Formats: sequence, structure tokens, C-alpha cells
Amino acid sequence: MNFSTDLSLALPEVILAGGALALLVWGAFQSRANTVFSLAAVALLVAAGVAAVFGPMGRGFSGGLIADQASAFAKVAIYAASAIAIPLGQPWFQRRGVNNFEFPILIVLAALGMGMMASAGDLISLYIGVELHSLALYVLAAIHRDNAKASEAGLKYFVLGALSSGLLLYGASLIYGFAGSTHFDVIAQSVEGGANVGVLFGLVFLICGLAFKISAAPFHMWTPDVYEGAPTPVVAFFGAAPKMAAMVLFARVLAEGFGGAAAQWSQILVIIALASVAVGAFAGLAQSNLKRLWAYSSIANIGYAVLGLASGDAAGVQAMLVFMVLYMVDVTGFFACLAALSRDGRPMETISDMAGLFKERPGIALAMSAFALSALGLPPFSGFWAKFYVFKAAIGAGLGVAAVIALVGSVVAAFYYLRLIKVMWFDASAGATETPPVEARAIALALALFTFPVVLVALVFIDPLAAAAAAAFGLA
Amino acid sequence: MTGILSLITYAPVAGIAAILALRFIAPAGSPRSAELAKWIALITTLVTLAISLVMLGLFDRTTADFQFVEDFAWFGGLHYRMGVDGISVLFVVLTAFLMPLCIAASWRSIEHRIEEYLIAFLALETLVIGVFCALDLILFYLFFEFGLAPMFLIIGVWGGKNRVYAAFKFFLYTLLGSVLMLAAVLGMIGITGTSSIPELMTYDFGQEIQIWLWLAFFASFAVKMPMWPVHTWLPDAHVEAPTAGSVILAGVLLKMGGYGFMRFSLPMFPDASAYFTPLVFALSVIAIVYTSLVAFRQTDIKKLIAYSSVAHMGFVTLGIFSGNAQGEQGAIFQMVSHGLISGALFLCVGVVYDRMHTREIAFYGGLVNRMPWYAAIFLLFTMGNVGLPGTSGFVGEILTMTGAYQASTWAAIVAASGVILSAVYALTLYRRVVFGEITNPALAEIKDLNWREVAIFAPLIIGTLYLGIYPAAVFDITQASVDNLVAVYRAATGG
Repeated sequence: MNFSTDLSLALPEVILAGGALALLVWGAFQSRANTVFSLAAVALLVAAGVAAVFGPMGRGFSGGLIADQASAFAKVAIYAASAIAIPLGQPWFQRRGVNNFEFPILIVLAALGMGMMASAGDLISLYIGVELHSLALYVLAAIHRDNAKASEAGLKYFVLGALSSGLLLYGASLIYGFAGSTHFDVIAQSVEGGANVGVLFGLVFLICGLAFKISAAPFHMWTPDVYEGAPTPVVAFFGAAPKMAAMVLFARVLAEGFGGAAAQWSQILVIIALASVAVGAFAGLAQSNLKRLWAYSSIANIGYAVLGLASGDAAGVQAMLVFMVLYMVDVTGFFACLAALSRDGRPMETISDMAGLFKERPGIALAMSAFALSALGLPPFSGFWAKFYVFKAAIGAGLGVAAVIALVGSVVAAFYYLRLIKVMWFDASAGATETPPVEARAIALALALFTFPVVLVALVFIDPLAAAAAAAFGLA
Repeated sequence: MTGILSLITYAPVAGIAAILALRFIAPAGSPRSAELAKWIALITTLVTLAISLVMLGLFDRTTADFQFVEDFAWFGGLHYRMGVDGISVLFVVLTAFLMPLCIAASWRSIEHRIEEYLIAFLALETLVIGVFCALDLILFYLFFEFGLAPMFLIIGVWGGKNRVYAAFKFFLYTLLGSVLMLAAVLGMIGITGTSSIPELMTYDFGQEIQIWLWLAFFASFAVKMPMWPVHTWLPDAHVEAPTAGSVILAGVLLKMGGYGFMRFSLPMFPDASAYFTPLVFALSVIAIVYTSLVAFRQTDIKKLIAYSSVAHMGFVTLGIFSGNAQGEQGAIFQMVSHGLISGALFLCVGVVYDRMHTREIAFYGGLVNRMPWYAAIFLLFTMGNVGLPGTSGFVGEILTMTGAYQASTWAAIVAASGVILSAVYALTLYRRVVFGEITNPALAEIKDLNWREVAIFAPLIIGTLYLGIYPAAVFDITQASVDNLVAVYRAATGG
């Protein structure tokens, strides 16, 4: 492998890195963002997505970077979610007088980091990817810098994120020490036929660090505060793409590095999954702020994704991938709805703000109902199909009891989704709302149409792609 | 005639599209738009009924096979698979039959958000018919679960005072039962690799697995049915739902439970069904006696009829799990008959509720003086509810009891007391509401039925009497499938 072949494997990363630097220079001269600037950032992400799909496949940089079906699948999803965040966020900030050109650039940089996570082939590129995207996210959380809550959210996110990076790094160093290499394939050889206790110890730390990033219980504490404080379009981004990247990375590390220790990590994942489902379901019941509510909903949902992974086979990874794609649509759409709504210049963020919304804004209310029913897992919305794959894989892998517990958890969570629908449909209106901005409304409605009925057709295509991606991980 | 089932199932969706398109003619919520929407809904449901009658006419009564089968590969090994046999075909027709009546019954009584109300009903029709036509487990589950959403809205938006509580209770109760069924469904797909209902009906699950799968399905269907002791959502839902919502709830939604037992529990898990028969019998008998007594103590007319529904569903489960031809025939017949009679009784309540806006039994009395036609019709359906020979109620009860007698003498004897108890509460209700002198001055000016109401009751009266006098109309259709079901069940359990 020579350098130019290595570089061709990293084509999406090259495009994003080079493009982000060029945008930075452009922005420095222009000093404010405008539509063309945002479009250029979106174009970069599209180009990177095309490169990820049609570019060469293989392992480059002596195994540190992997371009395969799985990374292509994840990158398309990640770049798409990032690309949606830019038109959703930029006008939102402009209307609030925050006009920094950094927003699209930070999204592109975060996408670069997330792409690296999806392609990571050793512990070093894993760490670089995680840090690159995390640093961009910390800044994004606090980008609304005159807002005290946003700054608080950014700081909290940074401190706890740094802690989790520390755990990750500590685990990585332990694994390196005991396994003798940072490469996943070499680690896999050392794990073959019974893993060393030191390696397993490192793995536990690694799992904890990643659980922080996906906000799985018991490492979820930062999520509600960050979701509540960060600007709504940023949360729409937070909830979707980074989780996808972290889950794919999670699957990659476990499958390619620790495939031989599946029995061990599967237990840990089942516990994390059930704890997340329980925390998300029960703690969500007490929330009155919709962003906090959706934070708990995301904790519960990531629990289902982890349960899919815990199955420890190709069907489980496929289930996790399908789950994450469908879940990303859900969470982005829901926050797009929130971004579209305001009353007297104040964002509508509590459940009681939504009273009688169906009378005021039937389109948005219908979209929000669709996202809520989807998150609830009611068929035939996309959330049901997501859970369908996960539970099918879990039951197929002999995790029937865990699946039933998680299903019952979804009934508990159903209460708060229903309450949101009840408030929107049954209650008297809480007053007129302002006309929703075009872009947020369009994104919300398009994504709502995806949850139903488009999903019924889309799954015909997603299913085989996810299966091919899952096969790339080499699990049985 | 492949495709006719999808046509029946999705015909109401065309009505929904038409109602949504109305906003281009008249502003949403305007009287003109509401009026047009009602006509569109009525015509859509009548067309659906017409197509379903054509389907019934084409239905081959001599075979137990699934007919009008549609089968398209979907994704992940799932199929879009539809078809009906003698067990399901009548429920399709029953649903299509009740829907126009529901729309007509709502003509004046729903006063706000009329378009949305009609959309909810049309969506419900699609989903309910889909449940009875689906031949793929996941497709069945889709229709089965999604039906909760429109019913949740119907109760919650257009219901009575305590509607929010009732809507949540209805949704969460049913959802909990359903997710357990989902786990079982996924388990079955995992074991067999197929989600085709006809294939699964011939698959032999091991005895131990059957027990678990049976319990999971039972959780869902027992709630839906509803069986004692998981029936408590039903009285709340009925009391709070608008009249048409109650009609559809009692008329068809409850039948999904009985249908599920006959479609899944008996043929797929015969050993477990035989194993749990004593449990089901015990619960059914308790339901019949206990809820009849509870019904007697009610002060709200709707609640009384709701409890009587639970008691009547007890006969259905008794018949289904007796595992012989009389029991199964009786169960199907009882479900169809109950669909007509309880629907009509809820409509009777709706008539006086529309006029007086109360359902308190004590409020009424002496209605016969002002409403002779109403009194006569209410009497007919009260008698049907009691199970008087000549009405369809009698045939279902006698057959289920005959079937149960062969399986368990004791269960049949105790259940027979339920017939007497039903006479007690139903006749008491009738006497207190209809007979006597008018003592409440508010009732002095109450008007008898108008033509619209008579037109709604007429098909129900004809149906109840026709099936009571000539029950073979149903048995001819169900015979082949029931014989096959019983033969399969007997062969599997060695009975």
C-alpha cells in the first residue's frame, strides 16, 4: 500500500478536511454566513457522501482506516443528517442575531470526525475520530454564546465529555498494554480463545467511554441538561448523527477487535441496554420540558440499539444499523418541529406550550404526532420497524427475557408520548403561534412523511444495504 | 377475484383522501365542508359494504382454504399476504355493515371537528378489515396495533367528561397485551423462519414453547376480548366514547380477540390450548356470572351494556375453547350476533343521550308514553341481549353452551345461570327506562325516533331477526372452515 492508495481510501475525509479549511478562510474574509456559504458546506457533505459510496474499498494507513460497506452505509447516514442540520440551523441562528459563519464549518468538522469513527481500524484513529467530533460538538452546544443556558450546556458537555474521553483513553492504553497492539485485527488475535483479564478490563473502560458518547445509562446524566440548554437545531443534530457514528464505532470495536469475547461484552451490553430503557421510560414520565423529555426518550431508544448490538451476531448489527437510521429520522424531525414553533418570539419548549396545537398548526401537530407515535413504536411508523429488527435479532440470539423487559419498558414510555399527543389534540389552544419558518417546517414535514408511509417502501432498500453493511463486520 | 380484499380494505382510504381534498372546495371546519364530508364518508362506507357483499357472494363455501389470496414479497422475508376463510369472512362483512350505521348515527351528535372524526372512523375501518384479512403475522400486527391510534383519538377528542383517562387506559392496557404478543410473534418467526399464517398453522411447535407462545397471545387477546379480570378498561372506554365509537368498539374491536383465539391459539398451539382450557373456562364462567351481577348494579345505561358485553364474550371464549364444532360455530355466531345486538343497544342509548345528554338510568322512566317506536325497538334488542329464541342472541348462547357441555359439564351449568342473570339485568334496565309513568318533567317533551334513526335501526332489526330465525345463513359459510379447525385441533390433541 502506498500513500496515494491510502489517501484514495480516505477520500471523504480528504474532501471534508480540505473543504472545511477552505470554508474557514472564506468565512474569515466574509465574516458572516449567507445562503451560498451554507450551500457550499452542504455540497461538501454531499460530495463526501458520494465519495464514500463510490470510492475504493479496503484498508489503508496500515489498517488504521477501513473503507467498507459498513463505513459507507454509516457515512451516508451521518453526512445526510449533518447536511440537514445546516439549513435547519443557519436561518434559526440568523433570526436570533447570532450570525457566525462557524456553524456550518463546525458541522462539517464534526461530520469529518464522525466519518473517521465509522472508518476507524485501530485505537488511535478511534480516539482521533471521537475527539475531533466531540470538540466540534462542545462548541456547537455553546454557539449561542449570549445565552446563559447554552453556555452552561456547552460547559457541562465539555467537562463530562472530557471525563469520558479519559475513560476511553485509559481503556485503550490497557488494551494496548495487554494485547500488544492498537490494531483491531491484532487485538482480535490475542482475544481468540479466551481473553486476558487485562484486555477485558480495558474493554470495560472502552465500553464505558463509548456509552458516555451514546448517552446510555448509567452514563446518561449529561444528556437532559445538554439537550435542554443547547439551541434546538443543534440538538436535532446532536441526537442523530453522533449517536450513529458512536454506535457504528461501538459495533466495529466489539466485532472486529473483540469478536472472540462476544459472550463477555454481550452481558455488559444487555445490562446497559435494559438500564437505558428503564431510565428513559421512568425518568421521562416526570419531564415537562419537551427537550428534556426527548433526551430521556433518546436514552431509552439508544437502549434498544444497544440491545440489538448485544445479540452479538450479524443480524444484531443489521438491526442496530436499521434502528439508528430510522431513529435519526425521528429525532431530527422532532427537533425540526420544535425549531419551527414559537409563540410571542419565545420558543415553545414545554408540554403545556403544545396545548391545542392541532387547531393552530395542524401540519406541525400531525408531524409531531407521527414522530411521537414512531418513538412509541406503534406500527406502521418507522419506530416500530426499528424495534422490530432489534427484537427479532435479540429473540433470535436467545435474549428473549431481555427483549420482553425492554418491550414492557416501551409501554411505560408510551405514556409520555401519548400525553404529548393528548395535549396537542384534546386540550384547548394555548394561543396563536407564529408562522413557522419555511425551512424547519419543510424538513419536519418531509421527515414525518418518511416515518409513515414512505418507510414502508424505503425499508425494501434499507434492509439489504444494512445487511451488507453488517456482513462487513465479519460476525457470524 | 384476487385483489378484492385489498380493495375492501383500502376503499375507506379513498374516502379519507376525498375528505382531505375538500379543503380546496370549502374551508376546513365550515358547515358546508362538514356536510360534504359526512356524505363522502357515508358513500365510501356504503361502497365498501357493497364490495364486501360481492366478495361474500363469490366466497366458496365448500372449502376450508383461504380465498382471494394476495401475496407479494416485501422486505426482510415479510410478505404482504391477504386472504379470508370461513372464520374471517363474516367479520369483514360485519365491519363493513356496521360502519355506515356508525357514520349515520354520528350525523347530528358530533358537533365539532367533524371532518377529523370521519377520517378517524374511515381509518379505523381500513385497519379493522385489515386485521381480519391479513395472512402474515407482521401484517396482522400492523393492522391490529395501528387500530389503537384512531380509537384513542375517537375516545379522547369526541368522548365524554372523563375521556382522557378512558383513552389512556384503553391504549396502555391494549398496548401492554400487544407487546407481549409481538415478542411471541418474533419468536415464532425466529423458530420457523416464516411469518405466513397458513404455514404457521401447520407447523408443529414443541409443547413447552407452545405454552409460552400461547400465554403471550393470550395476554393480547384476553385484554382485547375482554376477559375477566382484564376487562376493566372496557366500561370506561364505552362510557366515555361517543355512541358510534361504542358501537364499533363492541361490534367489531372486541371480536378481534375471539378471532385471534380461533386463528392463532387453537390451530397453532393446540397442545397449549388444551392445557389451558380449564383456565379459560374458569375465567369465562367467572366473567359470565360476575360481570352479570356487576351489570345489575350499574346506574349508567352504557356501563350496564358494557358489562353485559363482557358477560357475552364469556360465552364466546367458552365456545372457542370447547374445541368442538358446536362450540366454534356458536362462538362465531355469538360474535356476529353480539356485533348486531350490542351495537343496536348502544345506538338505543345514543338516541336518548342525544336528546337528554345523560345516561343515568334514574333520570329516565316512562319513555314508552312518549316514544312508542323507540320502546318497541329497544325491547327487541333487549330480548336479543337476553337470548330470547327467535333472536340471534339465542342461537349463539345455546350453541356455545352445548359445545361447552361436551367439554365440561360444570362450566356449562354455571354459564347457563348467566342466561338468567342477563334476563335480570336487561329486563330491569328496560323496565326502569321505558315502563311506568313519566315522573321527570324534563322528559315531558321528548320526541320519538326520527326517520334517520329508524333507517339506522332497520338493518339491525332485520339482521337480528333473520339470523335468529335462519341461523344457517351463518353456518353455511363457516361450516367448512370450522370442521377443518376442529379436525386439526382434535388430531393435534388426540381428543
